[in-house]
Amino acid sequence: MSARDSILQRLRNRSGDELSVPECDFSVLQRPSSSVADRVDQFEKTIESVHGEVHRCTADSWVARLSEILSARGARSLLISREHQIGRALRESGQDNLPELLIYDEPIESWQPHLFNNVEASITSTQGGIAETGSLILWPTPDEPRLMSLVPPIHIAVLEASELYATFHEAMQAQNWASGMPTNALLVSGPSKTADIEQTLAYGVHGPKELIVLVIE
Amino acid sequence: MADPIKIYPPKPSHVYFYATCLIDMFYPDAGMAGIQLLEREGIKVCFPEDQTCCGQPAYTSGYHDEARAVAKAQLDLFPEDWPIVVPSGSCGGMMRKHYPSLFKHTRQEAKAIDIAARTWELTDFLLNVCHIKLEDVGEPTTVAMHTSCSARREMGVAEVGPRLIGQLNNVSLVEQTRAEECCGFGGTFAVRHPEISGAMVSEKVDTLTDTGAGEFVTTDCGCLMNIAGYAEKNRKPLAGQHILSFLWDRTNPGKGGES
Amino acid sequence: MSSESSANSHHIDVKEFHPRAQAAIADPKLRQNFRRAMDGLISKRKDAFEGMDLEALRELGANIRLRALANLPDLLEQLEAKLTANGIKVHWAIDGDEACRIVRNICVARNAKTVIKGKSMVSEEMELNHYLEEHGIEALESDLGEYIVQLAGETPSHIIMPAIHKNTGEISELMHEKTGTDLSSDVEYLTASARQQLRERFMNADVGVTGVNFAVAETGTLCLVENEGNGRMTTTVPPCHIAVTGIEKVVGNLEDVVPLLALLTRSATGQHITTYFNMISGPRKPEELDGPEEVHLVLVDNGRSSIYQDDELLDTLRCIRCGACMNHCPVYTRVGGHTYGTTYPGPIGKILMPHLIGLDEGRHLPTASSLCGACGEVCPVKIPIPDLLVRLRQESVDGDKLNPAKVRGHGAKRGTLEALIWKGWSWMHARPGIYRFGTAMAARLRKLQPGQLGGWTNYRTAPKLANKTLHQKMKERDQ
Repeated sequence: MSARDSILQRLRNRSGDELSVPECDFSVLQRPSSSVADRVDQFEKTIESVHGEVHRCTADSWVARLSEILSARGARSLLISREHQIGRALRESGQDNLPELLIYDEPIESWQPHLFNNVEASITSTQGGIAETGSLILWPTPDEPRLMSLVPPIHIAVLEASELYATFHEAMQAQNWASGMPTNALLVSGPSKTADIEQTLAYGVHGPKELIVLVIE
Repeated sequence: MADPIKIYPPKPSHVYFYATCLIDMFYPDAGMAGIQLLEREGIKVCFPEDQTCCGQPAYTSGYHDEARAVAKAQLDLFPEDWPIVVPSGSCGGMMRKHYPSLFKHTRQEAKAIDIAARTWELTDFLLNVCHIKLEDVGEPTTVAMHTSCSARREMGVAEVGPRLIGQLNNVSLVEQTRAEECCGFGGTFAVRHPEISGAMVSEKVDTLTDTGAGEFVTTDCGCLMNIAGYAEKNRKPLAGQHILSFLWDRTNPGKGGES
Repeated sequence: MSSESSANSHHIDVKEFHPRAQAAIADPKLRQNFRRAMDGLISKRKDAFEGMDLEALRELGANIRLRALANLPDLLEQLEAKLTANGIKVHWAIDGDEACRIVRNICVARNAKTVIKGKSMVSEEMELNHYLEEHGIEALESDLGEYIVQLAGETPSHIIMPAIHKNTGEISELMHEKTGTDLSSDVEYLTASARQQLRERFMNADVGVTGVNFAVAETGTLCLVENEGNGRMTTTVPPCHIAVTGIEKVVGNLEDVVPLLALLTRSATGQHITTYFNMISGPRKPEELDGPEEVHLVLVDNGRSSIYQDDELLDTLRCIRCGACMNHCPVYTRVGGHTYGTTYPGPIGKILMPHLIGLDEGRHLPTASSLCGACGEVCPVKIPIPDLLVRLRQESVDGDKLNPAKVRGHGAKRGTLEALIWKGWSWMHARPGIYRFGTAMAARLRKLQPGQLGGWTNYRTAPKLANKTLHQKMKERDQ
């Protein structure tokens, strides 16, 4: 008999009593309704408590703000998407003090060392955010691949304030995740960190050292 | 799944007093203090003569047949429908939490469930059933308190001792760091793993001593033996007594009459 | 010994618990490392649940796990069907050896020479690194704590914080010796150095191996909880990702992960959420530009289906591996993780390992507890750990004729003398007259009480018998 069949058989023919299936009361996850402004405040407070940085902008001002942020850090390259509105806006912005714009439009195999060693920042969209935990929802796509938000030392994420949910549960229900998940979905809540050396926090151990969120209000 | 919510009975006319074997042999005065506190509240105390031990030492050591034989001998001691009060979180926990499972699928199951439901830790009973009001007649003093793990977690009475002591005008209660941590007694654990138990009690004595109180009270004789025994052997300036002795002494003008 | 069978040989003798405990207790640096870390974790957990209805959340967490276990075979089949439809290949392994062989076969088929690993306690259970090395495949840990432990040639001493037994100085010396990193007490510098070394390895690794925190049957999704990003690297950069997990990790619905995640991160490290919650539902699609072209899941039984047979022991399988039980355990805090000599240390190890290695091998584990109940009190899925410890103590001495023992290796601890002592104790305490006579005699002869009582009096004075028992005093009072 295969391992599969023998494991399943042992589980099906268990010797104990029939197991009861308890009711699961999810109401503990509910939160009182909140305004967009409340959620932005909570998001900001929570993500800043884990070393994330929030900048409140508008659809008109974010490019300029981004340019300031990157100049202040001396970043020389920014990884962007080809198709997404964010990538387009940056290419068409005419801002002259933006760093060199790189487009992630080739399979990783063709340029991996460059991504790992030279790209200093990246910018991605988000699929919304979660106020309670200060989390960004990321669904990587062919246009915004997985490594974009992971490998460069600075990750900038653009979040529409109107897409902030109170909780993870609410986001999942509202976006109907159970009907089908992408190959990879992520919650990102702050920069990469570790406390594996004597409980001392250190950032950027594998992923970005900085996470900067542009909240579009 | 959820722990049943404790529903306190109205103050009864009678209670059964289940002393526990440690009180019986090592700390009878604490037992007597408990009885006198109950009597002062106008409750008639019945002390079943045939009581011995709740069976816990064998139970926690895995010898359930032996534990059951001893526990079975206790089941017939409480024929009236009176509360059973126990001056120990540990033995109270054995009766309240573990008797039903120990007698599961036996002829004694119903009786065990009935006894479990009637079992109360004594300080909890004094505070929440008798609604005791303590009048302090003692000199000003400072004490620390160690609540046993079973009193805290099995019987849910962590707040009770501090509230009782809080009624005493001349006593200030100080809290040691890591108050919730086990003192290292654990019954046979202290004998099977003496080094670990020793490390635990040494730190407990340190934190209690660091409060500057010089004296601690506790709900359970196991902890008392352990902590006070360590302090004595290592000449630490820390004395201990059962909380019932402490409460009786503080509120009894004729102190010294008993013992 | 054939290399196949040596994969799961235990390097540390579990039975040598006592000498290791003594050594740990005598090591002030180790004691301080653990004490400080555990104090910090306890207080962080407390803060993280502040203002939440923790009891309702624990209740929900427990019920979700119980519901999943009640439907376990169905959910595993549903998971397999969903994952397969999503393009993830599912494998089943009876034990750790078989799981190791499956991983190796995947590597061989891909001609893979180097494996990079994310944190996985199941792979520790399998002793996968050791097995792969023996078969010429290099396995490198990428979680910083696991990486440190691997450099030191050790095993993790905590399931969440593997290198918690070491302080910064010790880690710096180790990294200096093994990797040439400059000696430094600057944690940022040490971390940056590890980042640099591991980045190279991620790029060159042929296969990534990780564990799984929750496997969702409804959507065919593997969830990984982490802070560092090494898990994301491991599941994204190498062309092949192999996830290994215990069969109990499956949950029914995607929404089930929400409360479990909330409980897990707060209980483990006092975080509202970890930096990354990574949900993987398939390999790279043709139009995608990165991600692994192959994803495998190895479902490992390794004793779990035996635990599943018993209504009480089954609760062990609720565990979501947060480590809160060890953080709050006064014994673990004193002796540290290595003393246990088992993959999973602390309270969860004491109730889980006897099933994995047999109660004969692990017979000392259930005794190493004062039954203080701190573990059960903080368990986010309400596993009654103290009750299970008592159950295993009973099993280890065959102590209950009404409920015969069934764990492999049961009865191994039953000693003739000890059993006789308990029989005598029981005989006396079940006979009130004899008890009264005996205790009254003891009170009268208390001066003859021995001053030395084994391990007790190494640390404490002997308990003092009163001159009269309470029974005697009550009798006198009534007269």
